[in-house]
Amino acid sequence: MNIDHHMLVGFAKSFGLFYLLAMAAAALLYACWPANKKRFDKAARDIIEDEDKPWR
Amino acid sequence: MAILVVLAAVGLAMAAAGAGRADPMQTHGFIVLLFSLGFLCVLLNGYFAPEPSETRLESYYDDPSKAGIVIAMAWAVFAMFIGDWVAWLLAFPDLTFDAAWSSFGRLRPVHTTGIIFGFGGNALIATSFHVMQRTSRARMPDQFSPWFVLIGYNLFCLLAVTGYFMGITQSKEYAEPEWYADIWLVIVWVTYLLLYLRTLARRKEPHIYVANWYYLAFILVVAILHIVNNLAVPASFAGAKSYSAFSGVQDAMTQWWYGHNAVAFFLTAGFLGMLYYYLPKRAGRPIYSYRMSIIGFWGITFFYMWAGSHHLHYTALPQWVQTLGMTFSVMLLVPSWIAAANALLTLNGAWHKVRDDATLRFMMMAAVFYGLSTFEGSFMAIRSVNALSHYTDWTIGHVHAGAMGWVALITFGSIYAVVPWLWKRERMYSPALVEVHFWLALAGTLIYVFAMWNSGIIQGLMWRTYNDSGTLTYSFLDSMVAMHPYYVARAIGGLLFLIGAIVGCYNIWMTIHRPSGAPAPSDDAPLPANLQPAE
Repeated sequence: MNIDHHMLVGFAKSFGLFYLLAMAAAALLYACWPANKKRFDKAARDIIEDEDKPWR
Repeated sequence: MAILVVLAAVGLAMAAAGAGRADPMQTHGFIVLLFSLGFLCVLLNGYFAPEPSETRLESYYDDPSKAGIVIAMAWAVFAMFIGDWVAWLLAFPDLTFDAAWSSFGRLRPVHTTGIIFGFGGNALIATSFHVMQRTSRARMPDQFSPWFVLIGYNLFCLLAVTGYFMGITQSKEYAEPEWYADIWLVIVWVTYLLLYLRTLARRKEPHIYVANWYYLAFILVVAILHIVNNLAVPASFAGAKSYSAFSGVQDAMTQWWYGHNAVAFFLTAGFLGMLYYYLPKRAGRPIYSYRMSIIGFWGITFFYMWAGSHHLHYTALPQWVQTLGMTFSVMLLVPSWIAAANALLTLNGAWHKVRDDATLRFMMMAAVFYGLSTFEGSFMAIRSVNALSHYTDWTIGHVHAGAMGWVALITFGSIYAVVPWLWKRERMYSPALVEVHFWLALAGTLIYVFAMWNSGIIQGLMWRTYNDSGTLTYSFLDSMVAMHPYYVARAIGGLLFLIGAIVGCYNIWMTIHRPSGAPAPSDDAPLPANLQPAE
């Protein structure tokens, strides 16, 4: 198969759009998923208090 | 030790190879040789020291972070001095003193590399070691790799900077070092990535805090960018010169894909990692919205990759690629402002701390400048705006709004926060000097940026003004004369910024060397959970 410039451009302009939208949707869903909220809040709080030594 | 011996041998081989052809690589060979022998002496000095006790495993390993911060500040002063010299040089061309090594073309990359890689890179490495251990609640897996990364990275910076003075460059902006330095950086950088991943693998905290995502993106993407953009064939293994694997417009596109993502992942992602850890910690408040930080992260990683072609408007690059770069640059405003807003909203309700605490104010002002310069960047990427701004001082002003206003301010803020924590001091030696540094840095940045906005726009307008007969109204020389007062103003702004950094060095030095107020400085007593802002 001969890959030429037009083919690559066509691929980038068609598939490129959809895979980017799909990745954006996946990231948004993960960030806004209600069940994740508690975990995120805990993560944000946890760094404020540390005892300055590793957990054993 | 074996590695240092190998490195010394490589240095000797480089020196010998270069000597045969009187190539400047010879000098670099000797630098590598001396560098490795020097560290070999340090290592042998400690060879008969007693075995370290097991108790060390109960604390974080912070010595490389401490060294990294000191080295970063040394690079800052050196590279800002060179930068200010270049600024005066542009106003008064006699300041090259008739030497080849001090011409503009050689001093400029010394300044940019010294700031971006020397100051920024060391600060990123030092803080990333600190943050990854704290947020993972785990000690680094070994003591060798962090030192290898830090020292090896500084050898790369040293080779880069000394090379420019001798005229060694592959003429790619922000990727000037030649092939052997590039190969060395790949080795160091992959070790860095593995060290980060190994520490994360040992984590006791199941959730990977968002700052780690930003640091990891910085390390991973910089590795990819560096390898691809520096694909080159050396003219000879015994000489410094090499030729890029790409040619023509492909080379230009690869270079600006690299160049803009260096801005994105070196100068933005890594420093956002700093912001997302040190700002909430210093303010004593969790980040305003953790969700926003995740969305911002993926927005930045998805969008930035495509923005590089906005550096090549009105060139041989296909029009649609230019438009693609422009579109993504405009879209980038969304994740950028998410990050800036998230930082400022975190401070909402803690503005009294911002007022009293210059360290926190450094970070706040960094977020403001981050918001401003990302807006400006999106705007300048639009083709018709670029027609006016490109090749003018406006670009220089924009870069420095980002580099001084965002990168340097967040770094200074983070360093002032982390130095007392690392050295177990109650606070910095002098909060008043932090205050002095803040105002010097802010004044310097504002003077610099306003001077360059003015000169850039005047320059752009003068270049495109036609008279009635359809020819250019102003000669190039006319525009040079018009620039002169702004160049002097810019150099004064840079001088203020440099003085601020020197004040910061003094303050950090005194903090380190002042005996700690704590009764037993060696024990690992917990720090107060919420450090009170200094006076």
